[in-house]
Amino acid sequence: MVNTKVNLGGLEMATPVATASGTFGYGTEYIGAVDYAKLGAVTAKGIRLEPWPGNAMPRHCEVPGGLVNAIGLQGTGVEQFLSITVPWYREESAATAGRSVPLIANIWGGSVDEYAEVARRLGDAVDAIELNVSCPNVKSGGHTFGQDPAVLAQVVRATRDATRLPLIVKLAPNVPSIAPYVAACEDAGADALSLINTIPAMVIDIERRVPVLANRSGGLSGQGIHPVAVKLVHDAHRATRLPILAMGGVFDARDAIEFLLAGATAVAVGTATFSDPGVVAAVHDGIVDYCIRHGFSSVTELTGNLAE
Amino acid sequence: MTDEKCKVVSHDDIGAGYRYLVLEAPRMAAELEPGQFVHVRVPALEPSALRRPFSVFDADDGCVTVLYKTVGRGTAALNAVRPGDTISVLGPLGHGFPMKCEVEALLVGGGYGVAPLHFLARRFVAAAGLPRPRLFIGGRTAADLLAVDRFRQLGVEVTVATNDGSAGVKGLVTDPLDDLLADFRRHGTRFELFACGPDPMLHAVALRATGTGSKGWISMDRHMICGVGACYACIQRTVRGNSRCCIEGPVFAAEDLVW
Ligand SMILES: Cc1cc2nc3c(=O)[nH]c(=O)nc-3n(C[C@H](O)[C@H](O)[C@H](O)COP(=O)(O)OP(=O)(O)OC[C@H]3O[C@@H](n4cnc5c(N)ncnc54)[C@H](O)[C@@H]3O)c2cc1C
Ligand SMILES: Cc1cc2nc3c(=O)[nH]c(=O)nc-3n(C[C@H](O)[C@H](O)[C@H](O)COP(=O)(O)O)c2cc1C
Ligand code: FES
Repeated sequence: MVNTKVNLGGLEMATPVATASGTFGYGTEYIGAVDYAKLGAVTAKGIRLEPWPGNAMPRHCEVPGGLVNAIGLQGTGVEQFLSITVPWYREESAATAGRSVPLIANIWGGSVDEYAEVARRLGDAVDAIELNVSCPNVKSGGHTFGQDPAVLAQVVRATRDATRLPLIVKLAPNVPSIAPYVAACEDAGADALSLINTIPAMVIDIERRVPVLANRSGGLSGQGIHPVAVKLVHDAHRATRLPILAMGGVFDARDAIEFLLAGATAVAVGTATFSDPGVVAAVHDGIVDYCIRHGFSSVTELTGNLAE
Repeated sequence: MTDEKCKVVSHDDIGAGYRYLVLEAPRMAAELEPGQFVHVRVPALEPSALRRPFSVFDADDGCVTVLYKTVGRGTAALNAVRPGDTISVLGPLGHGFPMKCEVEALLVGGGYGVAPLHFLARRFVAAAGLPRPRLFIGGRTAADLLAVDRFRQLGVEVTVATNDGSAGVKGLVTDPLDDLLADFRRHGTRFELFACGPDPMLHAVALRATGTGSKGWISMDRHMICGVGACYACIQRTVRGNSRCCIEGPVFAAEDLVW
């Protein structure tokens, strides 16, 4: 028997496999197609204080090795999330999994205060909070919160003061070096890190000579970003003792095990579920098989376990 | 909803770029309602490729039939599928047409848009207490008119319009439709419209339903990622705001659509 339990900064997960925010709705949409018993946590789609309409269409484009999206964070506001989404998720996911599957709320905002307010209102209705800091800070001319370690620290600290839940900060990949961002999160009281968010990307329709996405550009996810993510997880792990939830192009167990060996405590499946909702279960089972083959009795032994 | 591994029963080229794909899908066939769709993983594409959404032309005896047009890389790759192959199909998905109608049922379609209308017609014809529908089908030329025989076999009266006059009335499908609607108005005959086809056709049909006291049910195509309501890629503007075509649709009430 392989022990699949992991602890992500206070979030107890029965398996090291989660879903990535924005690719799994509010956690109930894939019931019937995804084996919830194999999930350690579900990350819901991003929410802020008020409902948000998102971008114009088209919002996505398939590219070799991935997907470029500019959904624009369309989603529900925190009040509706608490009154409708969370109770519905709790009931439905427990019924399909045969146990409760922890729910991570992914939050974003236009200001530091908004993050803190959303976290405060969430209370203890969810099991952890993930901060999406890859959205524009309205008050500072639209730079994203995650681009400046000082601003990042402000958001993390303000949210830390507003919640006692495990606090996961989701880092953007498009920085020259990840270490200062990792340090900023750790100093400001984060319990865990998640990486990577999508990579800024653009596709042009050469016949019409216009960008394909209505938003002009978007974020690249999927298979093609996996090696980029492995490097960032590896670098982040070297820079901190915070546990890491790794994501970016996990399509099979090999991808997931790479992340664990690079330093992750758990992994999240995102884009892969769109083409194959069976990936979650295959990743889980493949990690267990790997542990058996290599004589590990616990998945936690894989974290950062590179032979060097 | 399940991700069903389906055996291909047949895959016939019917010309002009159209094919019927018949799949053995007992679970889905039993559950599908007209207007719902399935999300198909195309085996010859790379494993990470997105699925392709298709309406259901027929669901019967444990089989699901799709009528599709080859338009791009995914549908071209789907052409390679052979009887006996297994393909992964997610469904049933979305909200279809209402299965109740106490007035005349007029179906309006063009191109592969006749697919969900065929399934609807079959269910209407088979059910007691539902009207025998009439079909108005339009296309650029006679080659774009699909499955006309299949509708006639069901006992559905078919009215044809082509832009070039190569079959039926020369003009738009709304020309013969408007003649009938004028007749209905004179006699006080009540009706509902059920439509699927190119956007301009759908818009024209929706206009004939909204504000007239008649209901219209419009099946929309939007580019999709997940097909299950999880990603918010497939937005259709409605009176409620940005609605997801894959789960709040693909069939919308005409009065709810914002064009
Ligand atoms: C609810 C619904 C029902 C449909 N029913 C049918 C049907 O019964 N028969 C049929 O032939 N076609 C149907 N379509 C359209 C069909 O999904 C597209 O023709 C197909 O996805 C094209 O894929 P491609 O790779 O060949 O084209 P490409 O243009 O190469 O595709 C690129 C991307 O755009 C998407 N895309 C392109 N055209 C469309 C479109 N019209 N609608 C949605 N996505 C599109 C593709 O899925 C793919 O992700 C339906 C679409 C929807 C949303
Ligand atoms: C359609 C789509 C929507 C996403 N929405 C969000 C979001 O709301 N919040 C967020 O933090 N990340 C969002 N992401 C990023 C993913 O959670 C994940 O970090 C990224 O896609 C990399 O993982 P993947 O390659 O497995 O998809 C989204 C990604 C996709 C493809
Ligand atoms: S395609 Fe994902 S929400 Fe409709």
